[in-house]
Amino acid sequence: MVAAESNRKLLLLNLSWWIVVSLIHAFILSQSALTVNEILIDTLVSFGLLGGICFLIVNNMRYYLPQREKYWYILFISLSVSGFCSVMSKFLLKLLMGGNALYMQEMHQTTGIRFGIGFLLVSCIAMMSLLWYNQEEQKQMDARKIEAEQLAREAELYKLRQQLQPHFLFNSLNSISALTASHPEKARHMINQLSEFLRGTLKKDEKQWNSLAEEMQYLELYLEIEKVRFGYRLRTDISCEDAALELKLPAMLLQPVVENAIKFGLYDTTGEVLIKVAAKKQDNSLKVEVENPFDPETSQPLKGTGFGLPSIQRRLFLLFARQDLLSVHKEDNHFITTILIPQNI
Amino acid sequence: MNTIIIDDEPLARSIVKEYLQSYEEIKIVAECNDGFEGLKAIQQHEPDLIFLDIQMPKINGFEMLELIETPPSVIFTTAFDEFAIKAFESNAVDYLLKPFSKDRFDKAVQKYLQQKKASPQKTEAILESAAQSPVQQNRVVVKDGSKIKIIPVNQIQYLEAADDYVKIFTAEGSFLKKKTMSYFEQSLQSFQFARTHRSYIVNTQLITRIDPYEKDSHILLLSTGAKLPVSKAGYSKLKDVLGI
Repeated sequence: MVAAESNRKLLLLNLSWWIVVSLIHAFILSQSALTVNEILIDTLVSFGLLGGICFLIVNNMRYYLPQREKYWYILFISLSVSGFCSVMSKFLLKLLMGGNALYMQEMHQTTGIRFGIGFLLVSCIAMMSLLWYNQEEQKQMDARKIEAEQLAREAELYKLRQQLQPHFLFNSLNSISALTASHPEKARHMINQLSEFLRGTLKKDEKQWNSLAEEMQYLELYLEIEKVRFGYRLRTDISCEDAALELKLPAMLLQPVVENAIKFGLYDTTGEVLIKVAAKKQDNSLKVEVENPFDPETSQPLKGTGFGLPSIQRRLFLLFARQDLLSVHKEDNHFITTILIPQNI
Repeated sequence: MNTIIIDDEPLARSIVKEYLQSYEEIKIVAECNDGFEGLKAIQQHEPDLIFLDIQMPKINGFEMLELIETPPSVIFTTAFDEFAIKAFESNAVDYLLKPFSKDRFDKAVQKYLQQKKASPQKTEAILESAAQSPVQQNRVVVKDGSKIKIIPVNQIQYLEAADDYVKIFTAEGSFLKKKTMSYFEQSLQSFQFARTHRSYIVNTQLITRIDPYEKDSHILLLSTGAKLPVSKAGYSKLKDVLGI
């Protein structure tokens, strides 16, 4: 159903349409020998009737819009309404002005043309309102669609943000379990770190964008936990340009990239693994590079990017509508993931 | 009674060590960081029981077990791996989900002590279902002398039956793996491989020519120069895969 305000606009348009038409009609009649009084009655009766019934039609369309065969519907309605009005106005006019022979003669002569004009006017207004309502409905549908898409996007973003690797969680808990007997203090420390990390992932979208400085703090928390798990095998090297620290990026975007690098690095090689994270300002963007080693002999060309990167790509696409913000390349035995975050938002 | 703990996380090993303290009869002879070390230590010490993590560097726990002729009894320890858990559940060998309690650990060890040697078929069944996991599906792990080789599936040219083994041909030579032809026929079918003969499975992407040969049979030529026989049944399978 169309909004009341828009409907009022249409009815107003309808009213002015009939007023204009009546004025033209009256003007044409004034060229003949009829008196002002006769013209007035004639105009009011003919167009009052037509206008009134059209008002009903238009109002009716507000609740019922013919979908199929709508043009036949209009033709049928216009024909019957204008036919009915012709008969009715003739009857009424006869009743009112039966004594005026001159007028009656003129009216008889113009019955056909009156019916024709009435039909054209009614079908015109019916067509117009049909298009009007269709357009209104389309507008509403579009608005609903946009809203639904927006909701779906938000839900998807939320889900992507929330993706927490159960593997990470259970292994961390297992490390804590091991520490409780040997190093209770360390166990407590790790519980605190893990809680803080989890709290970060559970935070709702209240603040979707964080500064790099904030995200780095969070990232370090994560790396501390991973270092407890993997011991000497995992080393990290983080460098951030001062100019980049205040730049903004979506919350929880960096951590899965680093998690991916760690997994890839630790499970594709034996021995020590160095994960490098470097952030800098480049043009009007924040550029973050994450580097991990890999074994060129066993990892399959580029297929091994696997793990979490597609979901990051998806997130970047949902946020910026660009596919080129995440890229990966190889250098010697290193795998480098590069993320660009445009800042002009 | 000897045991080996294989896990890439030191703290995860330490918890098993701690729990094992109450078992005087079980002696820890080695601790290993990954499957390679694990394999070496198992060959060296021939333990009765191993505690084995699944997700480890390079080759996972299942792939390591595949390389051992007569695997010891295994208690798996893993945090979360949908495929692994499915593999265990369908085959009921004991496994511990991290983090696990001492009680749960004791139950697993008691179970082992009671049945002493878990029947080897069960381990095999686990390995079969684990091989369906996405990680293991696109690679084959083989032993090459004392070395371990990971062959990505797309580097396999063809496979040839050899008694209890299957010979895997790659650009770098051939490798033996103790599996059946039907096992490979199944696991490779989603990678454009076809069993063209009772004794051969071929990477169809390398085929350059198929010629008629005697009655009902064909012979195919690979881009590597190898000529392989195609049986009547194999020819129709080949046509299916190639879509002709």
